[in-house]
Amino acid sequence: MNRDRRGKSFYILASLFAAFVLFLYGPIATIVILSFQGPDGGLTFPMHGFSVHWFHALFQQQMVGDFGGSITRSLILAFMVMVANVVISVAGGMAFRRRFAGSTFLFYLVIASLIVPSILVSLGIGLLFSQLGLNPAWWSSAFGAQLTWTIPFGLLIMFAVFNRFNKSWEEAARDLGAGPWRSFTNVILPIILPGVVGIALFGFSLSYDEFPRTMMTAGDSNTLPLEIFAMTANVTTPVIYALGTLTTAFSALVIIVAMTSMAIIRRRRAAKLG
Amino acid sequence: MTTTAAGRAIVTTVLDVELISVTKRYGNTTAVSDINLRIPRGTYCCLLGPSGCGKTSTLRMIAGHEDISDGDIIIAGQNVGNLPPVKRGTAMMFQNYALFPHLNCVDNVAFGLKMRGVAKDARRAEARKLLAMVEMEKYAARLPAQLSGGQQQRVALARALITRPKVLLLDEPLSALDPFLRGTMREELKRLQRELGISFIHVTHSQEEALALADLVVVMDHGIIVQSGPPQEIFNRPATAFVARFMGGHNVIRADGGAFAVRADRCRIASPSPSDGHAGSIGGAVSSIEYLGTVVKVGIATAATGEVVALVPDDQFFAAPLALGETASLTWAATDAHPVTL
Repeated sequence: MNRDRRGKSFYILASLFAAFVLFLYGPIATIVILSFQGPDGGLTFPMHGFSVHWFHALFQQQMVGDFGGSITRSLILAFMVMVANVVISVAGGMAFRRRFAGSTFLFYLVIASLIVPSILVSLGIGLLFSQLGLNPAWWSSAFGAQLTWTIPFGLLIMFAVFNRFNKSWEEAARDLGAGPWRSFTNVILPIILPGVVGIALFGFSLSYDEFPRTMMTAGDSNTLPLEIFAMTANVTTPVIYALGTLTTAFSALVIIVAMTSMAIIRRRRAAKLG
Repeated sequence: MTTTAAGRAIVTTVLDVELISVTKRYGNTTAVSDINLRIPRGTYCCLLGPSGCGKTSTLRMIAGHEDISDGDIIIAGQNVGNLPPVKRGTAMMFQNYALFPHLNCVDNVAFGLKMRGVAKDARRAEARKLLAMVEMEKYAARLPAQLSGGQQQRVALARALITRPKVLLLDEPLSALDPFLRGTMREELKRLQRELGISFIHVTHSQEEALALADLVVVMDHGIIVQSGPPQEIFNRPATAFVARFMGGHNVIRADGGAFAVRADRCRIASPSPSDGHAGSIGGAVSSIEYLGTVVKVGIATAATGEVVALVPDDQFFAAPLALGETASLTWAATDAHPVTL
């Protein structure tokens, strides 16, 4: 019976899916495995022993790259992008709930930056800065370049969130005496909070691993992805894999912490119910 | 205050709500056209009409959730035209209840007091009192999503009443409930209104609801008030053919270039020659027979007015049963026929 039910299509689709998973996680797994290469091992298989030697090496000053500096910059930048993204997307989402003069045009203008090749955005911003006689830097030009990438996403998420938002919640708040600000803080924000957390996570992770838009705009000091890219050209030891493993683990950690805290909030809200 | 010569001053003091030439336009369409309405203190008023008749726009203008295009709204002697909802002494219960999904019942009910700066313990204590009034104190800690429709409605009612409004506005409050619950909540609303002694303005498209609840029924159609008055008056003396049809249970019969309405339960079926000389009658073939328990609904297809209906008590009908297609006439006493405008 089972064999009858699982026709050819099942096996074709299953192998397609397996290939997809392999393609997605295979390289990550390879890097993670190779990062535990023995002290005598090289950049490729086979493994010469098994050690955490390269993780040690990562934190020693004999490195070609500037790991500590770049990760600090990347984290600060990701945090800046996260905050700016949340503030702008939520405000924009609120504004777009009503049609206003030029709203459609403004919407396409924002969304267009998803379509423009990212390297061109980067190049353009870099050029503009040099034309204006400003020095591009990770906290100014790269910050702006990354926002051109995160804000459209944030705004689209807000549109989806407000699509499901019942306007009479706001009217009820107004009816009960809440002014615009208190109806925002007491009613709208708590209701859309899961979406806002999503935008924050999105902004953080898009910034943290952003490469093409940062490339021409980061100035003298590299962010982590730029540093890793530079290191691939210069570093000939598995220390680069150790770096990959560590940053991947960090990203996973951020997501796990965010998810767990959301789950805890939900459980606490549920626990209040008697 | 005593009566003036015109008798007007004293009238204004006993009105909860007065609408004076109120108009609402959306672009080129007029949703509410120049309506006048006076709602005496402590009245259960139903705004009744088909969808799109302007009843909800009227309610929302009274609530302050919709601007008035023209005219004045007076609540308890104060012109509230430009006041925000909170300054009007009204409270609104929304059609879908609009309970805040992130707050439990106590905090939903306490919300109005929180906005007025009442301390947490005091406002929660007050909220519990109101929850008790609607018999929901057991569910104080629940979130709205964990309540049934009827329970949500009780909480919404408590939330609207916590600000001690002079007028409670209800937008189709019963339409989301199942028929059984609707009956129960209907009694509950009436009881609350009587106990609180404030005016309720209740928007509905159900004539049954309006008849059961209202002291004052306001029938609206196409943005105007077609007829307003006590429920018996509306039902027994519909002013227009529209009101007669909308209230149901009436035959609208055209005659002599005009028309009159006669209640279907006052009509009788007679053999082809009516004996009573004073009665009106109209003849045709029996086109439908429906047994409804206490009455039998008999339809007669007439040439002049289409199908007319008599609700005949079951024992009378079965004493002399009719068959489909048989010729019969519908008769009524002259006193039961009321002229209506078409």
